[in-house]
Amino acid sequence: MAIGTSTGLGSAPADGASLLPVPDAAGRRMRLQLPRSPKVLIGLAMLAVFLIVAVIGPWIAPYNPSRSFSATASFPQAPSAAHWLGTTQQQQDVLSQLLAGGRSTVLVAFVAGLVATVLSIVIGVTAGYAGRLTDDLLSMLANFFLVLPALPLLIVIFGFLKTAQGGHDLLIGLVIAITGWAWGARVLRAQTLSLRNRDYVESARIVGERGWRIIGFEILPNLTPIVASSFLFTVLYGVGTYTALAFLGLVNPNHWSWGGMLFYAQVAGAEQSGYWWLFIPPGIAVALLGTSLALINFGIDEFINPRLRVAGLSRRRARRAGVSGLPKRFVLGVTPVVRQDLAAAADGTPGWGPGGRAPGGRAPGGRAPGGPAPGAGSADLISASGHAKSRRWRRGGGQ
Amino acid sequence: MRTLARRIGFYLLTAVAAVTVDFLIPRVIPGNPLDAVLAHTQGQVITKATLRALEVQFGTHSKTGQWGQYLHYWSNLAHGNLGVSTSEGMVPVTTVIRGALPWTLGLVGTATVLSFILGTLLGILIAWRRGTWLDNLLPATTFFQAAPYFFLAFLAIDLFAIKLAWFPSGSARGILDFPAVNWTYISDVLDHAILPALTIVVASGAGWIVGMRNVMVTTMDEDYVLMAQAKGLPKRRVIWYAARNAILPSISGFSLAIGFVVSGALLTEIVFSYPGLGFVLLNAVQEADYALLQGVFLVITMAVLLANLAADFVYVFLDPRTRQEA
Repeated sequence: MAIGTSTGLGSAPADGASLLPVPDAAGRRMRLQLPRSPKVLIGLAMLAVFLIVAVIGPWIAPYNPSRSFSATASFPQAPSAAHWLGTTQQQQDVLSQLLAGGRSTVLVAFVAGLVATVLSIVIGVTAGYAGRLTDDLLSMLANFFLVLPALPLLIVIFGFLKTAQGGHDLLIGLVIAITGWAWGARVLRAQTLSLRNRDYVESARIVGERGWRIIGFEILPNLTPIVASSFLFTVLYGVGTYTALAFLGLVNPNHWSWGGMLFYAQVAGAEQSGYWWLFIPPGIAVALLGTSLALINFGIDEFINPRLRVAGLSRRRARRAGVSGLPKRFVLGVTPVVRQDLAAAADGTPGWGPGGRAPGGRAPGGRAPGGPAPGAGSADLISASGHAKSRRWRRGGGQ
Repeated sequence: MRTLARRIGFYLLTAVAAVTVDFLIPRVIPGNPLDAVLAHTQGQVITKATLRALEVQFGTHSKTGQWGQYLHYWSNLAHGNLGVSTSEGMVPVTTVIRGALPWTLGLVGTATVLSFILGTLLGILIAWRRGTWLDNLLPATTFFQAAPYFFLAFLAIDLFAIKLAWFPSGSARGILDFPAVNWTYISDVLDHAILPALTIVVASGAGWIVGMRNVMVTTMDEDYVLMAQAKGLPKRRVIWYAARNAILPSISGFSLAIGFVVSGALLTEIVFSYPGLGFVLLNAVQEADYALLQGVFLVITMAVLLANLAADFVYVFLDPRTRQEA
């Protein structure tokens, strides 16, 4: 990668990346770029660990999480060689509970995320594409669910589900999803609205493609980043909500989850008596699971809106790339963008379609032997004001 | 103003729907308010007349049918009658709520505004200094946002209330139970509010920081900001121009966040035994106190609706474009 100053703006012909056909390059970047950012890599790695724990956790747990080790001791025992994370008030092994509780937490969160995402796609895209009365009604439904206070409602529902089906992961995920789909639907609707009138959708309609085909093959693929982002957001919401419900003791307490462990920690008065091993492990586990999802979401955000990404271009990395003439601090109005090819930038494709994603890629040409001289490489500092304007779908485009 | 009229219309409809949901709660979930009361009056002889009176009280006497019960519910609401709380000694629900509401409003209101202001300012700062070490604050704040509220509250209690003993660990005020408005009382209440408020600010601040920072970064690339910079305006002025344009989405986000904040505050109240609405709601659920539960849920929903409406008004006032489009 090389970063030059704007003096080298016109010297692109030597650039390897610009020789590639644009759609091909864009397509490949779409798949390859996402995992490159350190935030995303860390997030994905953490998530992978959690998924593995969710699958094998209950099997590798040293003991049965419900097994009581002593009938005489009445206080939680601090961590020891036999119990690495100590024991609970009921003398159960905390580590085993932690490992066993991951499955339920992760499962509920992903079921909630999956169901809510499907709901938000169906409702949001339909509303955005159909317009008129359908749009009004569906938007109203979404707005209603947005303003309905979710947690109080869930507390009320689970207060009465508890006795019956409160320990059933799929059911819990489903109920959480019902309160969590609206935000995604709203964002998807806004973006569908703007896609609906694009020329390529118009032409598909004129050619005579059917509605479901236009939605499925023309619109939906372009919504992928938003769908992914809203999926992660809902999973995050699911983790938090499930933990909260279990913490309140509204989920079957014999069903191990991290929230349930926090519930027992409170029952034991852990925060008042300094039994830190009762609430720190599950709390950290939930927080890290949430952080991993949020980190991946950061990556998707930066993927959709390249300005957020280049903002993270540190001077250290720039120096490593052999650039010396970089401004001390990135100043107003000038967003440093690693340019890949002039065609994509000059094209000025509106929105965040394949062309709009061009800046920020790492040009293969930058790794040429000998290192590129400053200013002569494939990358330039350009002002990105022009082609990022239409990219404010995220907040301004809502409603 | 058509925009506002439309919004008000939407909120009215939503309010009707919310009342309907509230009406349906005890009817769709398993269990029966009558049984719950009967469970509370163990050992006492229940005569037919008592039973009948209770049925009327809960609006479950079967003669009128569901529709009649629904209308009855509305008429009760119109008279400010939310029923009596069975778990709090047959006190009217309105009394219980009136006792709890000020605590929640005081705590949540202050903490929310604080977290909004602090988060937005930090977001502006981080956006302005992008590319510096401040960028690393973002993942760190994410951790606090992803951590469950009550976990942070546990940590705060363990550290500040028990180990350091700076603050009390729960409840809203000390033993002095008479609300005489003097400095002793006020400082006592503040002393009890600091720790819960702190956890709310820390946990919800991250959302504002990230949101503000992302919009601010985009706004800073606008031509008018470049222009302001180019003609040599002082830096503070330039930041002000960029920030006041970037803050609009945060304000519309504020309305959405209120719902989340109220929810989060429920947990905080429960952990700190703070006698607000969340605490009352959980008690009502655990005691199967249907009338109280309905009442609290209704009040929370209406509060969120009102807050949303207020945020909409502010938005229309701040952003002239929304006025023109209408």
